[in-house]
Amino acid sequence: MLLLPYEMEDGFDEMFAPDGRPRASGERFVRRLETLADGSLQQRQKSAELNLQNMGITFNVYSHQAGTEKVWPFDLLPRIIDADEWSTIARGLEQRIRALNLFVDDIYNDRKIIKDKAVPEALVGSSKTLRKQCVGLRPAEGVWCHISGVDLIRDADGQLYVLEDNLRCPSGVSYVLENRELMKRTFAHVFEGMSVEPIDEYPEQLLKTLLDCAPPGVSDPVAVLLTPGVHNSAYFEHSFLAQQMGIELVHGSDLVVKDGFVHMITTRGLQRVDVIYRRIDDDFLDPASFRADSCLGVKHLMDVFRAGRVSLANAPGTGVADDKAVYAYVPDIIRYYFGEDPILPNVPTFLCDDDKQREHVLSHLDQLVVKPTNESGGYGILMGPHASPNERAKCAEAIRKNPRDWIAQPMLNLSTVPTLVGDQLKPRHVDLRPFVLCGKEVFVMPGGLTRVALQEGSMVVNSSQGGGSKDTWVLRNGNATNSATTSNAEEASSC
Amino acid sequence: MLSRVAETVYWLSRYIERAENIARFIDVNYNLTLGEAEPLSKQWTPLLETTADQDEFAKRYDRPTRENVLQFLSFDDQNGNSMISCVARARENARTIREVISSVVWEQLNTFHLLVQAAGHVPETLEQPQQFCERVRLTSHLLVGAMDATMSHDEAWHFSRLGRMIERADKTSRLLDVQYYNLLPDGSGVGPSLDVVRWAALLRSASALESYRRLRGKIVPRRVAEFLMLDRKFPRAMHFAVMRARDSMRMITGSESDTYCYHSEQLLGRLCSNLDYAVIDDIIQDGLHQSIDQFQCQLNTIGQEIHEDFFSVDRLNAPPAPA
Repeated sequence: MLLLPYEMEDGFDEMFAPDGRPRASGERFVRRLETLADGSLQQRQKSAELNLQNMGITFNVYSHQAGTEKVWPFDLLPRIIDADEWSTIARGLEQRIRALNLFVDDIYNDRKIIKDKAVPEALVGSSKTLRKQCVGLRPAEGVWCHISGVDLIRDADGQLYVLEDNLRCPSGVSYVLENRELMKRTFAHVFEGMSVEPIDEYPEQLLKTLLDCAPPGVSDPVAVLLTPGVHNSAYFEHSFLAQQMGIELVHGSDLVVKDGFVHMITTRGLQRVDVIYRRIDDDFLDPASFRADSCLGVKHLMDVFRAGRVSLANAPGTGVADDKAVYAYVPDIIRYYFGEDPILPNVPTFLCDDDKQREHVLSHLDQLVVKPTNESGGYGILMGPHASPNERAKCAEAIRKNPRDWIAQPMLNLSTVPTLVGDQLKPRHVDLRPFVLCGKEVFVMPGGLTRVALQEGSMVVNSSQGGGSKDTWVLRNGNATNSATTSNAEEASSC
Repeated sequence: MLSRVAETVYWLSRYIERAENIARFIDVNYNLTLGEAEPLSKQWTPLLETTADQDEFAKRYDRPTRENVLQFLSFDDQNGNSMISCVARARENARTIREVISSVVWEQLNTFHLLVQAAGHVPETLEQPQQFCERVRLTSHLLVGAMDATMSHDEAWHFSRLGRMIERADKTSRLLDVQYYNLLPDGSGVGPSLDVVRWAALLRSASALESYRRLRGKIVPRRVAEFLMLDRKFPRAMHFAVMRARDSMRMITGSESDTYCYHSEQLLGRLCSNLDYAVIDDIIQDGLHQSIDQFQCQLNTIGQEIHEDFFSVDRLNAPPAPA
């Protein structure tokens, strides 16, 4: 098929260089695409969409009443990352997660980093996600963040930045696994011989991470996945992961605390539970410790956790490192614990709590993105350049009122990946969420979730706001072999 | 397994079996009334008796016309026992335990749900219900077949079969109870008034006509009752259903045969033993209706005890009583 004209925007395109030629990482793939018959790509895209419906891969939209299940759009054209760049990313992620685990442990225990003035005490003390209930706690293996989904974006200069660490309940990994399945089902000939790192290992690694972090002395630990229930937007993922790991998917009402341990209510009575992969927020975890009105959690769960008789993944309290004002200090945190520079840079961030930085933010509102420090999912964000004077004035007022609640970052121009729009390939903006597991060892899943903003020019990739997803390929080293050229002829004829 | 999951899968099967049986009831009644000279509304009242929903019906409908009764039993979503409600609840149950059921079963349930929803929007469905009823029956069979063929026959599967068999035993008993006396206006069971066509329709509604013919030959009311009640090999007979329910119960509890660990297991075993040694002449002499009534009461109690023994949270303070 004819790939041209592909009209790039002025940002960075992941597949094509500015001169219109494919980048080294995408070259083989582009050559393959060119051998496809006209219309074949569209046909496969349709077939992929049909597959999605039949497989029932859905997410829930809260604003709708009946029929809340929606299929998340999938685009067939992958994002491709070469082996060298990935190895840097993976090292950077590992460095970051290890440092953040040390940081959270330090904050709730010795507070050395505060005593040494590497991070200001006021900043940590004022974080809304700091959990007093966790002070003095030492989770098994010293791990607080077992599972994180770090958001990476690439700016127009080609540099990758960490946008958020997502250390609480990051979701999306099930889509990564299902997208790959879908790719293999519908795009087999193109996928074949591309030498892409497999990702199927994730459920196994996740289970291992959970079991590795069981309370010490438990010989054959039992892990469960705790879901808020079928109406949660990520319920499909909870169900999928439980099934893939072969562990029970439990609701809060399935668990009770008795005689100092957590048990699940089974047809044969109570069965002890040692590790809980919980997909409900801290606030709802235990009505006796956190929000009393929560009916999703388990009463007195925190007592058992504090006594070291159950492990929670992630541990409560990790949100303190997710605070966007604390995020600004992650490079310092890495330097403090490891004495080395961060491998992956942060997006430059202005803290509104600091007088000087706040003045800068207020006088440059039309150029900056302003974010609340404690929201996720894209809520409460002001896109300065696109906002009306009225919206900017409101935002300035909110900043002056509660400076600690706001940070600002420059407007980044997210990189693009070719995406099938009608009959043509068009550049659409993407981000990347790799998933990192931390137990006795660190495991970084190759690639991650590539979210794509399907609207022209849009940078909003959230599933709830018109985003879709793509498969993410991490190429293996020495990829430039000719192992798959034989299938070209067959492919052309079968399409 | 988790009590919640066991309960969900148990009710999923009961709802599906219930929907299938409603389709069967409607089908047989429709066929029975077809031969009548005029549309006798009183002939649709027994149908409400069969499903034991008369009171619920009277609250929202003025007369038991064919249209009203069919609407109430098929597509009235305020009636918790209508086909549309049963299938919707079965699907909702399945949605919360998708990690337990196979994807084929999930897809079949989706199809079932869509089938009933779509039929509810077409007026012709109620005018000519046979085709719809047949599709409901077949879809239910497909679903049960998919469960048999694609799911491990583990605890969850046995809870599912336990629910299905208890529901089926109850519904066959209701069908027999109501129709038997309908078809025997003088209560004698013999005589020139015997309407073979209508007795055949009763058997057909339980998919039992062919098996009956092969095993028992001529249609005799006493034998029909015996077949639907006491047959050990016919899958919709009350005895068969209770035997299978007992088998599944034993697989769940791990009890030796002829022993029990749970109260529900004891009651189910006792009910099954009664049927093991029952003789139809004694039953008819003592009163078929009384006998069926008692059977239904016992099944109800067993259902409650299953809840107590396996699903409820309250039981956890006391260990199960040993046999």
